[in-house]
Formats: sequence, C-alpha cells, structure tokens
Amino acid sequence: MTIPALTTPSLPEEETLTVRLGFWRKAIAHRTFLFSGAILLAITLVAIFAPMLAPYDPYAQNIAMRLKPPFWHDANVAEHLLGTDQLGRDYLSRLIYGARISMTIAIGATLMSAIIGITLGLVAGYFGGWIDTAISTIITTRLSMPIILIALAVVALIGPSLQVVIVVLGLLLWDQFAVVTRVATQQVAARDYVTAARVLGSSLAHILFREILPNIRAPLMVVATVEMAHAVLLEAALSFLGLGVQAPLPSWGLMLSEAKTSMFFSPWLIVLPGACLFILALAINLVGDALRDLTAGGRG
Amino acid sequence: MLLQVRDLKVTLQDQGQRLRAVRGVDLDLAAGETLCVVGESGCGKSMTALALMQLLPRGAELSSSKLQFDGIELSKLSRHKLSALRGRRISMIFQEPMTALNPVFTIGDQLRAVYRRHTGVSSAEAQARAIEVLESVGLTNAELRMKQFPHQLSGGLRQRVLIAMALMCEPEMIICDEPTTALDATTQAQILRILKEAQSARKMGMLFITHDLGVVARIADRVAVMYAGRIVEHGSRAAVLRSPAHPYTKGLIASVPRPQDGGTGSKRLASIPGNVPAFHHEDPRCPFLSRCPKRMSICTREAPPVRQTEAGQQVACHLPLDAQEALTA
Amino acid sequence: MLSFLLKRATMAVVVMVNVSIICFVLSNVAYDPAIGIAGAQATDEDLALIRQTYGLDRPLLVRYGEYIGNIAQGDFGVSYLTKRPVLDMIVERLPVTALLAILSMALALAIALPLGSAAALWPDTIIDRLAQLLAVAGQAIPNFWAGLLLIVLFGVQLRWLPISGSESVAHFVLPSITLGTFAMPPLIRLIRAGMIEVLASDYIRTAKAMGIRPFQITFKYALKNAVLPVVSLSAVQLGFMLGGSIVVESIFALNGVGYLAWQSMSRSDMPVIQAIVLLISLIYIVLTLLADLLNAYMDPRLRSARK
Repeated sequence: MTIPALTTPSLPEEETLTVRLGFWRKAIAHRTFLFSGAILLAITLVAIFAPMLAPYDPYAQNIAMRLKPPFWHDANVAEHLLGTDQLGRDYLSRLIYGARISMTIAIGATLMSAIIGITLGLVAGYFGGWIDTAISTIITTRLSMPIILIALAVVALIGPSLQVVIVVLGLLLWDQFAVVTRVATQQVAARDYVTAARVLGSSLAHILFREILPNIRAPLMVVATVEMAHAVLLEAALSFLGLGVQAPLPSWGLMLSEAKTSMFFSPWLIVLPGACLFILALAINLVGDALRDLTAGGRG
Repeated sequence: MLLQVRDLKVTLQDQGQRLRAVRGVDLDLAAGETLCVVGESGCGKSMTALALMQLLPRGAELSSSKLQFDGIELSKLSRHKLSALRGRRISMIFQEPMTALNPVFTIGDQLRAVYRRHTGVSSAEAQARAIEVLESVGLTNAELRMKQFPHQLSGGLRQRVLIAMALMCEPEMIICDEPTTALDATTQAQILRILKEAQSARKMGMLFITHDLGVVARIADRVAVMYAGRIVEHGSRAAVLRSPAHPYTKGLIASVPRPQDGGTGSKRLASIPGNVPAFHHEDPRCPFLSRCPKRMSICTREAPPVRQTEAGQQVACHLPLDAQEALTA
Repeated sequence: MLSFLLKRATMAVVVMVNVSIICFVLSNVAYDPAIGIAGAQATDEDLALIRQTYGLDRPLLVRYGEYIGNIAQGDFGVSYLTKRPVLDMIVERLPVTALLAILSMALALAIALPLGSAAALWPDTIIDRLAQLLAVAGQAIPNFWAGLLLIVLFGVQLRWLPISGSESVAHFVLPSITLGTFAMPPLIRLIRAGMIEVLASDYIRTAKAMGIRPFQITFKYALKNAVLPVVSLSAVQLGFMLGGSIVVESIFALNGVGYLAWQSMSRSDMPVIQAIVLLISLIYIVLTLLADLLNAYMDPRLRSARK
C-alpha cells in the first residue's frame, strides 16, 4: 500500500545531481569564502603581473634615496609610495615582487609534499598490514622532528637558495597529507564501488587514483591550504634567520631581516612585509576554513 | 492537578528550516498517577518531555498557553528557580544509560552532588542517603558502587543509578524518556518494576515516554497516543489498548509481535507503511492522513474533531473505529 | 591498557632510532665531517689523514654503532668551533629554553582555557567571535614579526620591558608572549570544540535535569571532560615550542638552546646542530609519551582498563 505523502521532502536523486552546483551556490553565499578568496586571488594576480604593477625595478639601488618614509609620514615624497629601504630600493616594488616568492614557495612546496604525502597515505590506507605500520612509523618519525629545526639544519648543510627552500619544505610538510589520506582511504576502500572495481580487475593505479583519490578530494583541499600557509610562514622564518632565500631577492622574510637594524627609526620597514605575510597566511587559512565548512555540510 | 499542559508547541531549527516537532499538545497528570505517552520515533514525544523540563536543545522554540507544575508556570521560571526545581521536585530519566552519567566522576560524586545541591547537607549525610536510595532500587554492594566509575557498570546498573539519582530528593513528579529501550528484556522488566514500585511508594506522578505497547500495558494508568506532534487518542489504559478508536492506535497495536507468532523480533511499528511525516508548516488536518487506510475525502479538507468514545477515551478522527471493529482486527 | 602502553612505548623507541639514523645521515653522509674538522681550506691529503685518525674511513654501519654507543654514554661529540663537549653546551642553555617554553605554554593556556570555554558556552556571541578571530589571526601571524613589533612597541616606544638578553624574568616576558601566541590558536580551537561537544552530551543534560547549578555544570562537570584532550595537545605544542624557540631566541638574543642552534647553523658547527636536532626530537617523543600516560591516568576509563 503506497499512499503519496502530503508533505514532499526533497528527493535524494535531485540532491546528488546538484552537489557540484550546490557547492558553488553555497560558496557564493559564504562571506568568509568570498572575502578571503578575493584577497588570495588579488595576491596571486599581483604575483603574476608583478613586472607590470611594480613602479620601479625592485633591485635598483639608489644610495641618495635611502630610508625614505612612506606617504603617510611625508606626503611630499610622492615618487616612492611606500618609501625606500636601507639601500634606497623602492619598497612597494620589492613588496610586489615578494608576493611572487611567497606564492612560488607556497605552491611548489605544497605540490611536492602533496605528492609525497598522498602517495604514502594511499598506499598505507589501501594495503594496511605491515605496509601501514611501516608508513605510520615514518609519519610518526616526521612528526617528532621539529620542522623549523630540520629545515634550518638541512639548509645550513646544503647552502641556502630559493630552490633548496622549496625542496626542503616539500620534503617536510607532507605529514598531514599522509595522515588525512591514510584515514580517508581506509574508509573509502571499504565501500562498494572500490570492491566492485577490484573484482572487475581494475589496475591498482586506477583504483587508487581514479576511484579513491577523487572521493577524498575535499579534506585534501583543506590540508593543502593549511600547508600552503605553513610554507609561506616557514620560508619567511628561514629567510629571516638568513638560511632561506638569499639577498638581493625580495622575500618578505628576508626584508624583515634586513630591516631589523633600522626598525627603531623606520618601523614601516618591518610593519609592511610582516603585514603582507600576515594577510597572505590569513587569507589562505580562511579559505581553508571556509572549504572545510562548505564541504562538510554538502557531502555529509 | 500536578501537571497541566495546554497547547504545547515546540519548533526546532533543522538546517535553516523550521520543523514543527510538537504541534499543540494537552496533558494532565495527577499525583500518584502514571501517564504513558506512546508513539513512533520522531513523533515529538521526547521533545514534549524535554519541553516540560525546559531542557530543549539550543535553537528550539517553545510556546504554550499553560505549562504548570503544581500551579507554577514553568515557562516563566528564572534559570535559577528552574534549576532549584529540577532534581528536587521534578526529575527525569533518559533513554541512554550508557552516556547519561559523567564518565570522569564516580557514581558517589554524582549522587552526592545532587542531594547536597538541593538539601545542603554534609557529604557524609549525602553519602548515607545515596546508599539508602541505591539499595532501594535494588543495587547490591552499594558502598562499592559509590566508588566506581560509570564505565565499570553495566547498562542496567547505570540505569538504576540514574533512577536513584532522580529519586534522591523524593520528587513529586518523574519524567521517564524510554528508560528501558536500550536494555535487554530481563533488565527492562526489573527496571520497570523498580520504577513502578518507587512511583507507588512515593505517590509520584509519572510521565512515561515509550514506543513499546508492552511497557504501556504493564505500567500505565492512562495512555496518550502521539503522532506527528499531536495527541491523536487519549484515555485509560484499558480503553485505549482494548478498544483503540484511532486507525493509528489500531495499527500500533496490530504491529506488536504476539508470543504465539513466535515473534521475538523488533517491536517497531512496521505494519503501518510509511514514516512519520515532518511538518514544516502549520497544517490543522489529521497528521495521519498520508498513511491512513481509512482515509475519506473530508480528511483532506477539515481538521478532525475530538470525540468521546463509548469506552471513554478521546480521539481526534473523522471516523473513530468502534470497539467492535477494533477487537476483530 | 598494558598492551596499549607497551605498544606506545615500542613506537617511541622505534621512532627514536629513526630520528637517530636521520641525524647520523645528516651529519655523516649528507655532510663530510672531515671538512668540518679540518676547515674548508684543507687539502685532500689533510682530509685523508683526518679520516684515518678519526676513523671516518670505516663502514657507515660501524660508525653508526659507535655513534649510538657514544650517545648512550652521554657523548654527543665536540663542537668544531669551541672544542667543548656538545652536551655541556646544550645542558647549560636548556634551563633558559625550558623556562621560555613553560612560560609561553602557561600564557597560552591561561588565555585559551577561559576564552575557549566562554566561546563554547555562548556560541555566536562577541566572545565567540573574538576567540575565533584570535585563533585564525594567531595562526597567520609570523611569530618573528610579532616579536619585532613587540620590541618596537614595548621595548623602544614605551620602554617598559627589556628586549634582549636573558638575565631576569622580565627578559622573558616579550619572548613568552611571542611564543605563546604561536601555541595558542590550536588550543583555543580544541577547547572550544571540545567544550561544545561536551556541553551537548547526555551527561550534561542529566546534570541539568538533576538541577545541578549551571556554574558547577560548566566548570566541574564539563571542563574536566573537555580538558582531557588538551593534555595531549599541550605536550605536542610544548614540543613544537622547543623548535619554535630558535626564532624567538634569536630575535630576543635569549641565550637558550634555540639561540645556540641558530649560531651553530650560521657557522656550520655540525656536531652541535645534529645533537640539538636529536635531543629536541627525543624530548618531544618523551613529552608525547608522558602526555599519553598522564591522559591514561586522568581518564578513569583508561585507568581502570589497566587492571
């Protein structure tokens, strides 16, 4: 006996069809996502179009124009909007180019650690047994060694440069990718469609990367944002300590280090690059929080 | 009357939608009486109980024209006065004994805290009282139990501890929200007996929420059958169980597995197809409309009137089944 | 419980061995210790001689065995620069770093506990927004930048506090604030989330139904449950702070282990670097192990399962 219900609840078929669309509809209504996404997009655009946006050559020194204050201190010095540094270089131009360095390192290191971590996590979660134990031990070992210390030690050993920083951070920031992938894979691997694929004789690579990976995309996106922000701040710390990006590259962390000696008389020299770092890391973290919000409700 | 409830309504927030969980419920309970509220899960019976205790979840809205305990309007009570009333004059026992006790404090800590909160006696006096009450609910080794943590006790023992906690201050009314559902059959019977004994010995009013008609048959004086946020039938135990007037009540009774069928299976109300509908908007019509086998055209247009049957119960239906039809079903 | 402890301790030992291998590889394979001893200007013959005298020409496995043997006897090697035993150099600076870490942790907890609880008690209010803002912002602030700003503001503009050195407790105020900000965000998040979960639990509802006073419910019944996972996180954060101390100590010229690490790195003093990496990792492993034990002791469910 089937009697049509009076109150019609939303049909489940409809829901699955609109999952993708639903994400963007919710994303557009999510104020944090819009706000932080816009800032992140803006910084990315600044990084890409730095040569067009920067008013001066970020490396051009001008000893006669050293330590000029920014516009809010002295409105008369209109030629350098954000003043100049201790070598007379235009600070605005250096900050704009600094976005390039931070973004390059964030994306490079995160991509590298994502590949390492996701592979380890997939293998550990899918196979289980002694393979899982071995990989878990590797993860625990990585977690027990403080990143900043290892990074500094390795850079001190090899010699600092932009490429070294990317590789070292890429080799160190994979732990959360591995942890999240491992647990998610364990859950997904037990589901019907994975069993079905296995029974049908799909290749291992197909199962891991085509069946499992797409289904754990959401939590991995969140980890990626966390690690990107982490990489930005770590690069800055390494450069600040002199064991990261080297002069004369305009890394924000390095600019802070260079400004240390003149910070008492020209405080904007440390306020500005730090604020840039803060805003970038904040925007990335907020995008991550928003993603967590948006994907948690939507896919259950 | 110990408890008088008129036109109780509870609205929950469900993912941005307003869900009408309780849609105008009237209840009366006298001292020394047991009223069973029976219905399927999702019918609003637990929300009714929580509303009486003013323990609704965050975001729930409550309205009523009367919500009185011993002449005190509960919905107007301050947080402070309400807290002094709960556990002292009204107590409540919940469905999940496994999670209803605080895992990081001993049984003794938790029992003494309740008694001392309401009486202000010394810890030693509270200790003596706790042991006394634990023994009265059939707990052996009460002194040892006092020193144990909840996880060291079985579900049945934990439920006894919770009953003891509820009885610590000799309340005038006790609300039980499916206290035996999570327990095995033997323990269920013991807990029911303990509750019934405690109730009659102390002349408490007991409001008992359940989905189990077997429980109703054992302890109820009166029964209120609830469906989709409304009470559809209400009367004495004998009247409602022997001559159900509402098609829903009839379906409920028909779905109880009988011993002669060899049915040990679930006592869910599976014989009525469909689920309890959720109401997001006001709808004065019969809530059982979508599942009713006796549906008539008037049902889709008009709210059912409340009628008195021959057996004495009140039923909200356009076509109450007569006692004869119910018996042959 | 016993099997859990055994498993946990075995894992700790295995991880310690892994860490020691990494440190050995870093200081003996990735880097040629002979160059470190002889200096960058040494000729090939000098290096060959040094390898022979120091036994660096022996198989790696033998040298690793010797390395472990030495560490077991407390011999972490000798600094290339000061020629002093590395362990002595670290041990005399450890109290400074330990004090810094503990003060920072205390500060972080002193703010995170009440703020996280308040945020959970009154969600979506001003106080909740403040807690979430602090958690998000604290995570994004580069801590060396925060340190520099504090120096400019309190040390130079207001002249309230010393900005460099480690002579008095006052010297630790700004560094502790800097490092505390770094440890606070995850604590606030965990306490807030934990309290929200606990406050919605069945046993809190029972306590309310029994008329327990709201104050007691929050600060006795709920907090004791919510604080359990905080113990583990605090140990982890304390371990992270040992690593983070390198940045903070170098800014404030606080003469602790972090400062020593930074100096040694700038001068490629490999024995000191690898000893610090090894020791701090060992301390971290021991801290997390202790936290698990403490948790097992505090949580009666785990405690009695031991029997």
